[in-house]
Amino acid sequence: MSLYKYASPAAFYPLAGKLIPWFAGLATIFGIIGVYLGPFAAPTDYQQGEVYRILFIHVPAASIGMFIYVVMAIYGVLALTFNTRLSAMMMEALAPTGAIFTGLALWTGSMWGKPTWGTYWVWDARVTSTLILLFLYIGYMALVNAIEDKKRADKAGALLVIVGSVNIPIIHYSVTWWNTLHQGASVTVTAAPKMASVMLTPMLSIGIACWLYAIAISLVRVRAIILEREHGRNAAWVTAEFATTKGVAAS
Amino acid sequence: MKARHRRFMWIALGLCVIGVAMTLVLRAFNSNMVFFFTPSQVFEKKAPMDRTFRIGGLVTAGSVKRQTDGLTVTFEVTDTAKTIPVTYTGILPDLFKEGKGVVAQGKIGSDGVFRAAEVLAKHDENYMPPEAAAALKAAGKPIDGAMFAGQKAVTTQAPKSN
Repeated sequence: MSLYKYASPAAFYPLAGKLIPWFAGLATIFGIIGVYLGPFAAPTDYQQGEVYRILFIHVPAASIGMFIYVVMAIYGVLALTFNTRLSAMMMEALAPTGAIFTGLALWTGSMWGKPTWGTYWVWDARVTSTLILLFLYIGYMALVNAIEDKKRADKAGALLVIVGSVNIPIIHYSVTWWNTLHQGASVTVTAAPKMASVMLTPMLSIGIACWLYAIAISLVRVRAIILEREHGRNAAWVTAEFATTKGVAAS
Repeated sequence: MKARHRRFMWIALGLCVIGVAMTLVLRAFNSNMVFFFTPSQVFEKKAPMDRTFRIGGLVTAGSVKRQTDGLTVTFEVTDTAKTIPVTYTGILPDLFKEGKGVVAQGKIGSDGVFRAAEVLAKHDENYMPPEAAAALKAAGKPIDGAMFAGQKAVTTQAPKSN
């Protein structure tokens, strides 16, 4: 299969470079639409008033924070099974974005909790398991950076992420398995959304924008990681890339 | 069997073992993972009666009474099956309303009154404009049905207007 050739960092580097403007451009479009329709145009909530608008960033941030971890775990399995270098590089590129979105979800959730629940923080199952997710991201980044030998660092990081992936279903089902202060899911695959469509559409639009942004920024980061690591291996194409001003400007 | 197949099998096996272990741990922790107890559980003595714990439920419509000092509030928390009287001195969250969800932390006295040190509002997962909520209410449909989905399903009557 010809797609397999993109598992090679040398082939993936230019492909990523071509894809970045598309993802970034589409993210901007969806972002502008969502930010207008949500925080500005959507009506107030019957119960929470204006405060509910935090969900327009809180929900996308939380779902992407979890989803990036799932993607990292899949790359982790690929990295350990096939010993592909690019998989480990993708994990390294995704981790900071996942951590930022998870941190954003916790921070906006805290800002939301004070006016609605009456507290910034509770140790309920949903909030605590999301905090553990943030620690897993930070732990992965610390571990990978602490080990000198890149091959060993990749393996240790992949193993940590795969083991930590058991936390993802726990976060997702925490509100149904246990009594939590956090409310249940408003949007599920099986049931009709418990949110008026004037509120749901902007949330999904911002969600798509965050998705595309996460892909674009991870591709930017993985290009930098590819150059850095392949340069260390004295790959001829990297030396050539550095030699041309175009390559340096594009990276 | 190729080397990469063997590696994949080890990873799959490892994940299964971790999954089973986590399931067992979570089952064992199940009683400690609850954030609050419902009034029915308190009556069944499932809550730690001699220590601080949280109760959760709906504020009974018409039960909120302010004492003469202006700060102390008494109300009833119900899961529609059992009801517990609560007394609390302090500022209530904005979303504290009769017929809505509440989680209170405190101790239960020998007189059966729950003395809360902290009162938190638990809101539901429904979002809609006020007009839509008014239309639902006029049609007599309950809005916050699945509030305590973690426990056995508790259906709520639409809050009485008073």
